[in-house]
Amino acid sequence: MFRGIARLQSQFGNILSPNKVRSPHFRFALKYSTAITERKRFYQDVSISQGEGGLYEINLDRKKLKTPGGKLFTVPNEVLAIAVATEWDAQRDTLKFYTMHLTTLCNTALDNPTQRNKEQMINAALKFLETDTVCYRVDEPHGLVELQKNEWDPVLHWIENRYNVTIGSSSSILGPEIPEATKDTFRQHLNSYNFWSLTGLEFVITQLKSVVLSMGMIDRHLSVEQAVLLSRLEEEYQIQHWGNVEWAHDYDMYELRARTAAGALFVHLSSENSTVKRKLLQDREG
Amino acid sequence: MAALLPPLRVCRGILKELRAMQGPTYKLSPAYNYVMDQFRKNKVTGQMYCRAQQEAHHDSHTYLCLLASNRTHLALHKLYHGKGDRSREEVAGLVGLRLPTQPGGKGWEK
Repeated sequence: MFRGIARLQSQFGNILSPNKVRSPHFRFALKYSTAITERKRFYQDVSISQGEGGLYEINLDRKKLKTPGGKLFTVPNEVLAIAVATEWDAQRDTLKFYTMHLTTLCNTALDNPTQRNKEQMINAALKFLETDTVCYRVDEPHGLVELQKNEWDPVLHWIENRYNVTIGSSSSILGPEIPEATKDTFRQHLNSYNFWSLTGLEFVITQLKSVVLSMGMIDRHLSVEQAVLLSRLEEEYQIQHWGNVEWAHDYDMYELRARTAAGALFVHLSSENSTVKRKLLQDREG
Repeated sequence: MAALLPPLRVCRGILKELRAMQGPTYKLSPAYNYVMDQFRKNKVTGQMYCRAQQEAHHDSHTYLCLLASNRTHLALHKLYHGKGDRSREEVAGLVGLRLPTQPGGKGWEK
């Protein structure tokens, strides 16, 4: 099966040979759309090294890791490099790319295949706020209404207090009306994140289907498990009522947890900088 | 609302995950060194409410969630996910046949 894919890729390679000059965008899209999900492990050791500009690189045996777009894989800090190296080291006979979430996030941030800039990402996040899960309530069944009120209202109150905004919830089909002041406050806050953190944040918002829950988790008010539970509240309610299906519910939940945890870690590692200040012990006299 | 496990349990959880991932050589990996380093550094703090300590605690919890749910997801994937199609050789082998080979390659192949 891999030989078939390799033959297809080599045919593609022939089409892309230098007769026609393709734009980088087309080449990016091609690389990202013909993604293989598994590959045999071709290296023994994984190590990290510091390259130019203080950026860290991953070495597989002797070769340096590259992104799907062909660029050198560099990360701004050592912690993220260690985490990515651990992901690559954790692979056994085959590389399972669908479990290497941090690597995927770094590749997206480095290649930027859809060519977004900070402003577009912030606008997309604010647009998502209008269809936020936590703001959409049901009218029936009664148990679910109660559950949504008890679980989602505290988070809404927390974020409204934390950022001094009004969001509100609604059970109409149009959803809540988000005032402009709220959007401005959030826009200002999101502007303080750098591009890598925004990539991670966008990923988390897409996974959790909620801006409120994502901000709650990034601000360390919620843990990953809590955020995932709140995001899947209706599913959990139905599971309690009708029963759990392991190959669907559990599979989805653990995949969601893994992706959300990776996104949260990515945001925190990309936006923090730590310094060590040593406290000197006072000398005692006598 | 952040009801997190105590740091000791998180640390042991992370080490268990690393051991499950890498086998007995997990103590040599950079991840092990970094995790132990961070836990030792943040153990003692001079302040009553230390934000760096809280942040590190939350981050360690997040990393534990990442490793644990990745492993569970992979196990469920292996258990339940479809294996994909068999290759042409395997399909022929099911009925006891073999694919014909043509030494020069077929007309349209290179």
